[in-house]
Amino acid sequence: MAVEREVIIPNKEGLHFRPIMQFVDLAQRFAAGVTVHCAERAADGRSPMEMLMLVATQGAKVRVVADGPDAEQLVTALAGLVESGFGEL
Amino acid sequence: MITKKGINASPGVAIGPALVLDTEEYRIPHRTIDPALCALELRNLDAALAAARQEVAELRAAAAAKLGDKTAVIFAFHEQFIADPKLRESVAEQIERRHFTAAYAFGQFMKERQRVFRNVADPYLKERVRDLADLERRVLRHILGRTRENMTRLTEPVIIVANDITPSQAVSLDRGHILGFAINVGGQTSHTAIIARMLGIPAVVALGDITTDVSGSETLIVDGSNGIVVANPDGETIARYSTRQRDYQRFEDKLRSLRDVPAVTQDGVAVQLLANIEVPEEVPEALEYGAEGVGLFRTELLFLSSQRIPSEEQQYEAFRDVLRATAGKPVVIRTIDLGADKLAPLLGAPHEHNPALGLRSLRYCLMHLDLFKTHLRAILRASGEGDLRIMFPMISTLMELRQAKSTLHDVMEDLDEEGIPFRRDVPVGMMVETPAAALLARAFVREAAFLSIGTNDLTQYTLAVDRANARVAHLFSSHNPAVLKLISLAVRATQGRPVEVSLCGEMAGMPLYTQLLLGLGLRRLSMAPKEIPVIKRLVRATTLARCRAIARTVIRFDADRQVLNYLRDEYRNIEPEDDA
Repeated sequence: MAVEREVIIPNKEGLHFRPIMQFVDLAQRFAAGVTVHCAERAADGRSPMEMLMLVATQGAKVRVVADGPDAEQLVTALAGLVESGFGEL
Repeated sequence: MITKKGINASPGVAIGPALVLDTEEYRIPHRTIDPALCALELRNLDAALAAARQEVAELRAAAAAKLGDKTAVIFAFHEQFIADPKLRESVAEQIERRHFTAAYAFGQFMKERQRVFRNVADPYLKERVRDLADLERRVLRHILGRTRENMTRLTEPVIIVANDITPSQAVSLDRGHILGFAINVGGQTSHTAIIARMLGIPAVVALGDITTDVSGSETLIVDGSNGIVVANPDGETIARYSTRQRDYQRFEDKLRSLRDVPAVTQDGVAVQLLANIEVPEEVPEALEYGAEGVGLFRTELLFLSSQRIPSEEQQYEAFRDVLRATAGKPVVIRTIDLGADKLAPLLGAPHEHNPALGLRSLRYCLMHLDLFKTHLRAILRASGEGDLRIMFPMISTLMELRQAKSTLHDVMEDLDEEGIPFRRDVPVGMMVETPAAALLARAFVREAAFLSIGTNDLTQYTLAVDRANARVAHLFSSHNPAVLKLISLAVRATQGRPVEVSLCGEMAGMPLYTQLLLGLGLRRLSMAPKEIPVIKRLVRATTLARCRAIARTVIRFDADRQVLNYLRDEYRNIEPEDDA
C-alpha cells in the first residue's frame, strides 16, 4: 500500500545541497521506495541528482509517496525532516 | 577606456593586468559511435565518473580545511551527484540505445539540466546552474582526457577575468597572485562572490561579456565596493582609483588593527564590547569585529523561522554551537522574548488588542511552563560548553523574577535526576526594559546576578510610544531625559555590588551615545557586531573624566532636544578625523 503526505518546503534556500543530502540519507535507511513530486516533476527520493532537479524552492508543495513494508515510517520521517526546515530555521 | 557596471560582490579596489581565462566550451569530437564500441564507451564513462569523484573528494577535503564547512558541503554534494546511480543509468542508456559517445551523452544530459535551472526565478537555486556546469566540465575533462585547468601556477599578480569561477577553480586559487575578479555572470550569492569575500579579494560580477571586452594583459581596475570595472584606464583614472585603494586599505587596516587592541579610554578605563546575535553562524564575524563575547543571544529567530516550536535538541544544538564558537568568552542567552502575537501562529494563542502590554515574553513563558522548561533544559544542557549566562526578559515585578528562577531550579532538579550534566552556578540575570524594573533596580540586584538594560523597550514603555507606528514614531527617543534617568538608576543600583550591568539596546551601537553611557557608569555595551570597531575607536579617543562631565550635564536637561544638540556637539569634538 502506497502512503503519501504533502509538505511545504519551509527553509529560505529551498531544497539545496545540504537538505537534499539529509533527505537522501534518511530515505536510504528504509526498505520502502520513495518518489517525491513537486509541480509536474518527480524524483527518486534516494537520488541526489533527481532531487536537485525538483527545483523545490521555499514554499513549494512537495508530495512524498512511499511504497513498501515501512512506508508509513518512511513518510513520517521524511515529512518531519522537511517540516523541521532541515535544521535551517 | 571602457567603464562597465556590474554587481559589487566583494569590496575593495584592485588595479592590475588582466588574465582572461579560456571560456571555450569543450568541443566534443564525435556524437555517435559504432554499436560494437558501446561497451568501450561505457567503460570510458565509468572511469571518468570514478576519477571525477576522486577529484571532488580531494577538493572537499581541501575546501573543509581552507574555506570551511559551507564550501565543503558544495563538494560533498558534487561527490554524491557524480556517484548517483541514476545519473550513470540515464547516461548509459543514451550510449546503449542511441549509440552516443560517452562525452556527447553526458554533455547533453548535463546541458538539459542546466537549461531547467536557467529558468528558475529563485536567486539561490538559480545559482546551482553553475554547479551543474562545473560538474559537466569536470567529468568531460576525464572522458576527453584533458587535464584540469588551475590557477595555482600564476607567476605575477593578475586580475582574473572569466565567465565564472567554478568552486573547484576557486579552491585551487593562488591567493597571493590574484588581485581581483571581473566576472561575466553571477550575483551576490554566487560562489565567486562568497569565496572572494572570504579571501578578501575585490570582485565585480554580472558584467555581461567582460571576457570579450578585455584581452589579456590589458590594465584593469576592479572597484568591488561600487561594482565598477574600468578597462584600459587613463592616467588620471588610475590615480583616482589608487587613492581610493589606499583609503580602503587604510580603513580595512584600521578596523583590523582595532580588533586586537583593548577598548580602553585615554585615562585607562576598560570597556567591554560585546555582540548581539541571532544565529550561531554570526559568531565568527562578531569575533572578527573584536567582540569580547556575546552580550545578547536572541533566541526568537529559533522560534520564528520555523512553523513549529523547535525541539529541545534543536535548541540545545544552537546554544551549544554559539558556546563552542565563542570558545570560553561570555555568552548571555536571553530566554524566549516573543509576544503572544508572534507565538500565535505556532501555539494558537488568542489575539490581543495591545500585544506590547499583553501576555508576552517571560509572562507568556510562566503561563506555558512546558514550553519554558524545554527551553531552559536546552540552555542548561549547553551550559557546560563555556561561559553561559541566562537572562530573563520583560520583568516588571520581583515575583516574576522569583518564579522564573524557581522554574529554572525545577529544571535543574529534573536534569539532576536524569543524571544530565550542566553548570549549577550558571549566572542568572535579567533585562531592565520596563520602567518598573529600573525604578526597583535596588531590589532586583539582590536577586539577579546581572542586569542588562534594553533601551528599545525601556524607551517604548517609558514614553508610551510604539516606534513602529509612523504617527508617533517621532516621539520615540532613547535620549529623552526620562529614559536616561531610568538608565542611571539601574546602573547606580549595581554599584558596590557584585552585579554586572550592561546595555544591549540600539543605543549601545550608536557612537553619539557612547560617551554619555560611559559617563553614566556603564562599562559593558552589547551591539550589532559591525558597530564594535566604530564604538571601540570612540572609547579609545575619549577619557572617563570627559564622559562623566558629559553625563553630569546631560542629566540636568529637561528636554530631549537639548540632550541631542549637546551630544552632537560633544561627538563632533571627539570624532576621530581619519574616519574613512
